[in-house]
Amino acid sequence: MAQGDLGPPPRAPLWRRREVRAVLYQALLLGAILGLAAYLVANTLDNLAARSIRAGFDFLGQEAGFYIGESLIRFEASDTYLRAFVAGLLNTLRVAALGIVAATVLGTLIGIARLSHNWLLSRIATAYIEGMRNVPVLLQLFLWYSLITGLLPLASEALEIVPGVFLSKSGLTYPVPEAHPIHRWLLALLAIGAGAAALYVAGARRRQERSGRRPPLLWPCGAIIAAPAAAAFVLSGAPLALEMPEWRRFRYAGGDALTPEFLALLLGLGLYTAAFIAEVVRGGIQAVPAGQSEAARSLGLRRGLVLRLIVLPQALRVILPPLTSQYLNLTKNSSLAVAIGYPDLVSIANTSLNQTGQAIECIAIIMAVYLAISLTISALMNWYNRRIALVEH
Amino acid sequence: MRPLAAESGTHRPALPRVLVQARLWLWSNLFGSVGNTVLTLAAVAALAAIVPPVFTWTLSNAVWGAQPAAACAGIDGACWAFLHEKHRLILFGRYPFDEQWRPLAATALLIALLAASAIPQLWRRWLSAAWISGLLAGGALMWGGVFGLAAVPTKLWGGLPLTLMLSVVGIALAFPFALVLALGRRSTLPMFRAAAVAYIELIRGVPLISLLFMASFMLPLFLPGGVTVNELLRAQVAIALFTAAYLAEVIRGGLQGVPRGQYEAAQALGLGYWRAMAFVVLPQALRLVIPAMVNTFIGTFKDTSLVAIVSLTDLLLATRQAIADPLWRPYFLEGYVVIALIYFGFCFSMSRYSVFLERKLRTR
Amino acid sequence: MAVRAFFGAALVLAVVTAAAHAATVDDVKKNGTLRCGVNTGLAGFSIADSQGQWTGLDVDFCRAVAAAVLGDASKVAYTPLSAQQRFTALQSGEVDLLSRNTTWTLTRDASLGIVFAGVTYYDGQGFMVPKSLEVASAKELDGAEICVQSGTTTELNLADYFRANGMTFKPVVFEGLEESKVAFFSGRCQAYTTDASGLASIRAADAPNPEDYVILPEIISKEPLGPAVRRGDEQWFAVVKWVLNALLEAEERGVTSAKVDEMKGSPDPNVQRLLGVSGDLGPLLGLDNEWAYRAIKQVGNYGEIFERNVGPATPLRLARGLNAQWAHGGLMYAMPFR
Repeated sequence: MAQGDLGPPPRAPLWRRREVRAVLYQALLLGAILGLAAYLVANTLDNLAARSIRAGFDFLGQEAGFYIGESLIRFEASDTYLRAFVAGLLNTLRVAALGIVAATVLGTLIGIARLSHNWLLSRIATAYIEGMRNVPVLLQLFLWYSLITGLLPLASEALEIVPGVFLSKSGLTYPVPEAHPIHRWLLALLAIGAGAAALYVAGARRRQERSGRRPPLLWPCGAIIAAPAAAAFVLSGAPLALEMPEWRRFRYAGGDALTPEFLALLLGLGLYTAAFIAEVVRGGIQAVPAGQSEAARSLGLRRGLVLRLIVLPQALRVILPPLTSQYLNLTKNSSLAVAIGYPDLVSIANTSLNQTGQAIECIAIIMAVYLAISLTISALMNWYNRRIALVEH
Repeated sequence: MRPLAAESGTHRPALPRVLVQARLWLWSNLFGSVGNTVLTLAAVAALAAIVPPVFTWTLSNAVWGAQPAAACAGIDGACWAFLHEKHRLILFGRYPFDEQWRPLAATALLIALLAASAIPQLWRRWLSAAWISGLLAGGALMWGGVFGLAAVPTKLWGGLPLTLMLSVVGIALAFPFALVLALGRRSTLPMFRAAAVAYIELIRGVPLISLLFMASFMLPLFLPGGVTVNELLRAQVAIALFTAAYLAEVIRGGLQGVPRGQYEAAQALGLGYWRAMAFVVLPQALRLVIPAMVNTFIGTFKDTSLVAIVSLTDLLLATRQAIADPLWRPYFLEGYVVIALIYFGFCFSMSRYSVFLERKLRTR
Repeated sequence: MAVRAFFGAALVLAVVTAAAHAATVDDVKKNGTLRCGVNTGLAGFSIADSQGQWTGLDVDFCRAVAAAVLGDASKVAYTPLSAQQRFTALQSGEVDLLSRNTTWTLTRDASLGIVFAGVTYYDGQGFMVPKSLEVASAKELDGAEICVQSGTTTELNLADYFRANGMTFKPVVFEGLEESKVAFFSGRCQAYTTDASGLASIRAADAPNPEDYVILPEIISKEPLGPAVRRGDEQWFAVVKWVLNALLEAEERGVTSAKVDEMKGSPDPNVQRLLGVSGDLGPLLGLDNEWAYRAIKQVGNYGEIFERNVGPATPLRLARGLNAQWAHGGLMYAMPFR
């Protein structure tokens, strides 16, 4: 029986068509967002004008007028607000970088300990993880800072741990090598050596794939990294003079010092994040199929070698995304430095906010910088993740 | 078969089963290899160095009860008299002394509601009604002004009730917003997706402290002149907005876990987008990520301690105010240890509950 | 739909409240309470005891304004404010009057949207050190660590002083008053700096043993502390300014809270005008004629307020010094009441 041609289906009216509705909803959303933004901006401008508060980022060029407790760059009270913000940013990056390294090392060890066959060790690791994870990080920071400033001796009665290293309420003062022109070159030479060593490792790996034999790695790499720097060091007269901290009426000056604020922040953040990283590492190791370690054991490898050569490299893929978010959390938690007096970015922005009254600009700077840091770390980790991802056929 | 005593001069009588098992366990878990033994001995030595002094400090040498500060001077133990003196300030902040039964009742009510919500058998419709009435009752207790209770302004609220309230209301406010964000992020309409992604990435990229500063300093500027927003409300809004971004990611994970076929089948049955989401997809998605949502709640509970930086008297700031009394200042450790235990108690039980729930839901 | 309704309502609210914004006197009378921003805890200036009762010089000034405007010195709602919150709280309308040992500077007067209504205490910045350090002068503090609170003029003056004298120091900057005090008394830093009156207050109230600490003689800056109100409300500004002047005038004319009733019958025309017996100075300010009478009766004149809170008989033991009346060599000078 032939079906009569019914013709194309009737088109729905305009307001019923899916595409039209989609455009309409999006237009409404855009309108609502823009309307809200316009309303807030209008209010803000009115309020700022009514209270004669300045607006704009011109204040960054003005003299700051305050000192910063510690900074990696030279900062005088006559420097600009912009330089103050840069000093704060460097302080943030400093504590974040050191914190990330410390937390990763400690967290990995504890994560592995958690999975140890030694009952006592795994229980202690579990106690540490649960204890650290369930107490707020701000409380831990306050606790560490109170302990350091409460229990350590006064600067005048500092403990001399090793000759030249003094520990007191004013921090950890240690000697540094006296400034010598060769130091900048040493760093550059070490960097060049590291690059050359990386090339050597890549070449060694290619040789291993081709011939099955792997040229020695450890000693040649060490030699390549160290040789140029050592040669320069010796040739320049082996400058070993140390600038020792000496007592100057109120505290030990000279050398370099880690302030109690920095120590408390590093300890608090490092120990706190290490507990989370331990859980991430544990999850990663447990995600590797048991067959892998069983096969490795049947090949005769010791437990330690199984972990290092078989399990951890595979676990790395599972560990990396949550590890990234823990690094980001540590960086964001470093903003709590404002509560214990460490001059990081948020603390400096807070001071500037109070001195100039320009709340919006200062808070916008804080958020923009942290956003940039977060996006950078995420992008780096995503790139590395893609590089080591399993290509599944 | 028991060996004959006369023939078996070299046989020893068989050990009881328990001891055999104990020896086996000790061998495999603690002393199996040289490395293992060394680790065990080191751990035991560390514990021996730490545990007895902590024990004597906490219990044996401690000063208990209602003693003046002078009684604690110079002893090598904890000064629990400090807590006896200041426990009201720590737990309830600056709430008027005579009315402190009200925050106590509100806290008990909230904890009871949380405990009730933890039992899967009780996940019925009347639970939401119970929550709403519970929150209203808690609010009435804290605010007063009704039923003959004296009115207490929010700036006097503090301590544990404030911490609980900030986290519970924070998550309650964040949840609907997070749902919208998660759905928006998975939407096919580019505008919605862009808006959701922009919000989530922006909020997740900045620290909570900057949002709290923004709420404290900038919210008065955003509103028309003369309209003031309560300090507590500002912090609550900041916490809710912050939690919403993280919760949105959790819900998105759940949505990704529901097979696409479910949504397609719902469409085939004639359900529109919203009906399909509400009746088919979301119930499954949320069920998948309940443990992750509990973890988010634990995170929010800990994050409320940050309001101490914007001078809201939560549990942490109340403790610091108690320690600020010059008489009791040397005994800061006791204060911090006790509230660390309080936080630990809440968070640890919630995380244990999350593990229990995960196991229970997985075996369904 | 709901969104539009919300915006519409907010717009109406904005218009309505913007129009009503400038009349703080009316707001205060309508609320029946004066909202006063004070310090979180500075003995002698504004501090609350464990029952929640506030005392101090700044607190007494708030009470005087409340007595003048509302008739009852107890109708004050005190909001403790940290150094970071104080200006925002005043700007946003959270408090009507900021009486919180705040220094009157050009930047604050010109760019924060507030105006200062006078000086309640002429002060200067000083240093406090432990006696054990054997420091006799601030010029010996080269290389010391100094605890200071952030967001204050103190921080800036400190930098200026050390720069001007060619000395260096290491600042240990804290967000809150409490942290800075705790850090100094625990020995984290060797010196503490703030207004000299603040030093006296902190030494008296917070030091484990006040005798172990000495306040150095150098005063390195001018710190005129006074109340502030929002810019743009001239009437409220005048009211607050003249309440302060009334307290000073009362001391100059010998009117105390005990004698004020009998002095209503005084033949001195200045006293008559002050207490509202003659003239109509009150209505010119928008208040009734008994405004100054109430303030003096319920709180006392400036001298009584000073003696009660920070005088030689209190733990702070501060002398009148610059805060004496002009006729006795000080800077306190009431504007004429006519």
